[in-house]
Amino acid sequence: MLDQVHLLLDGDRRALARLLTAVENEREGVETTLAALYPHTGRAWVIGITGAPGTGKSSLVTALAKAYRTRGESVGILAVDPTSPFTGGAILGDRIRMRDLAGDKNIFIRSMATRGSLGGLSRATRDAIRVLDAAGFQRILVETVGAGQSEIDIVRAAHTTLVIEAPGLGDDVQAIKAGILEIADVLVINKADRPGVEHTARALKSMLELGHPASRVQSVNHHGQMIPTATPAINKIPDFWLPPIIRTVAIENQGVDEVVNAIETHRTHLSQAGKIEELEDQHIQIELVERLREHLLRDFFHDLPPETFAQAVAQIRARTKAPQTAVQELLALRGVNVAK
Amino acid sequence: MNTAIRVLIAKPGLDGHDRGAKVIARALRDAGMEVIYTGLRQTPEMIAEAALQEDVSIVGLSILSGAHMALVPRIRQVMDENNLNDVPLLIGGIIPDEDIPALKEMGVAAVFGPGTSTEEIVSSIHGLLATQE
Repeated sequence: MLDQVHLLLDGDRRALARLLTAVENEREGVETTLAALYPHTGRAWVIGITGAPGTGKSSLVTALAKAYRTRGESVGILAVDPTSPFTGGAILGDRIRMRDLAGDKNIFIRSMATRGSLGGLSRATRDAIRVLDAAGFQRILVETVGAGQSEIDIVRAAHTTLVIEAPGLGDDVQAIKAGILEIADVLVINKADRPGVEHTARALKSMLELGHPASRVQSVNHHGQMIPTATPAINKIPDFWLPPIIRTVAIENQGVDEVVNAIETHRTHLSQAGKIEELEDQHIQIELVERLREHLLRDFFHDLPPETFAQAVAQIRARTKAPQTAVQELLALRGVNVAK
Repeated sequence: MNTAIRVLIAKPGLDGHDRGAKVIARALRDAGMEVIYTGLRQTPEMIAEAALQEDVSIVGLSILSGAHMALVPRIRQVMDENNLNDVPLLIGGIIPDEDIPALKEMGVAAVFGPGTSTEEIVSSIHGLLATQE
C-alpha cells in the first residue's frame, strides 16, 4: 500500500482512483495508507455545495471548476449521490453535466454513492477529500443533495459551504425547514433568469435576517419594501461573516466569478486571526468522535455472538425486558459498567 | 469491506437515443451496482477518462448508430493507453451478428443485441468479474 502513496504523490491518476475505491470499500489496510498520507494534506481549500435536487448544483460545480482553472488552480470534484435503500445500487449521473471539464489533467471528478455503512458517509467523504488533497488538488468541490443530516455532515467537512437555491422550488418555509440555510457561508440563487427570482431573493434575505440578528440593521422590511438604513459598518467587524446572496445562471456562466470571489473572500476572512484554526479544531473534534464511535461499535459487535443480540431483540419485543436493561446487560458482557 | 460493483455506461458517437442506456443503467442499479452514466455523445477519450477516474470494473457502451466498428477499436485503444487493459468492454445496441466475431477480436467481452434480458447482462457482468479474480 505504501507504493500507492508514492504513486499518488507523484500524480498517478489511476493510483488516485484506486485509493478512492479503497476508501469507499473500507478495504483492509486503507487506514494505514491514509495515515501515511496525512502529513501531505491540509493544503486544499474544501468547498461544500449543497441544495435541493434541480437547483443546478452540478452545473454550478462545472462553472466553478472552469473559473478556478482560468485562475490556474487545480480542482478535485466529489459528486455524491444517494444509494437506493432497497437494492444497494445507485445511478451516479453528475458527470452528464460536467462534460465540459473532460480532457483537463488538472481536474479530477469522482462520483460517490452514499452506501450507508456503519461509519456513515461523512467518514468516506472526509477521507476522499484528504486523498484528493494529498494528490495536490488546490480546490476541492464536494457536491451533495441537501436532503438530510448526513449531507449536512458532509458539508461540515468543508471550509466554505455554498447553499444553492433556485426560483420557484418552494416557499421560504421550505428554506427554514431544511435547516440548511444556517450552514451557508455563501448563498447562491441559480437559474436567476427564471421568473420569481426576486421573490426567492427576498425570502432568503429575510431568512438571513432571522438567522443573523446583526444583519437586521442593514435593511428594514417596511410593508414589503426593503429600506436600507444607515449601516453601522457591520461587515467591518472582523469576525462577523454575513453570507452574501449571489445570483447566477450557471449554464451561461453568469455570476460565477462573483461566487468564486465570495469563496475567496470567505477564505481570507477565515485566515484572519485564528479563525481557520478554530474551524479546523471543530472539524477534528467531530471527526475524532465519529471515528471512535465507529471503532468502538465495530469492536463491540465483533465479539458479540449474534444470538445474544437476537435474544435481546426478542426479549424487548416480548416486553420481558426493557431496552435500557438490555443495553446495560450487553455492555456488562463486555466488562463495561454503566452507572444505573 | 463495503464493496459495490462500479460500472460505467457510456454512449459514444453521435446517435442521440439513450433510452436503452438508461434502461440498462436502472437494471444494473436494481442489481445492486453503482452505475456511472455519462450522457450522450462521448468521445473515446472522455470514456477512458471517466473509466479511469471512477475506477470502474466494467465499461458498457450503447451504440445504435452503426458506427461500432469504428468506435470500439478506438475506445479500446485509448483505454489501453490509460492502463485500463484489465477493464472489460461490453456493447449493447444494434449490432449485426456478422460483426460480433470481429468485435470480440478487438477485445470486447460480450455483445448484447435487441431482446437481451437485463438478467442476462447482470449475470454476464458477475461472470466476467468472477473470472477476473
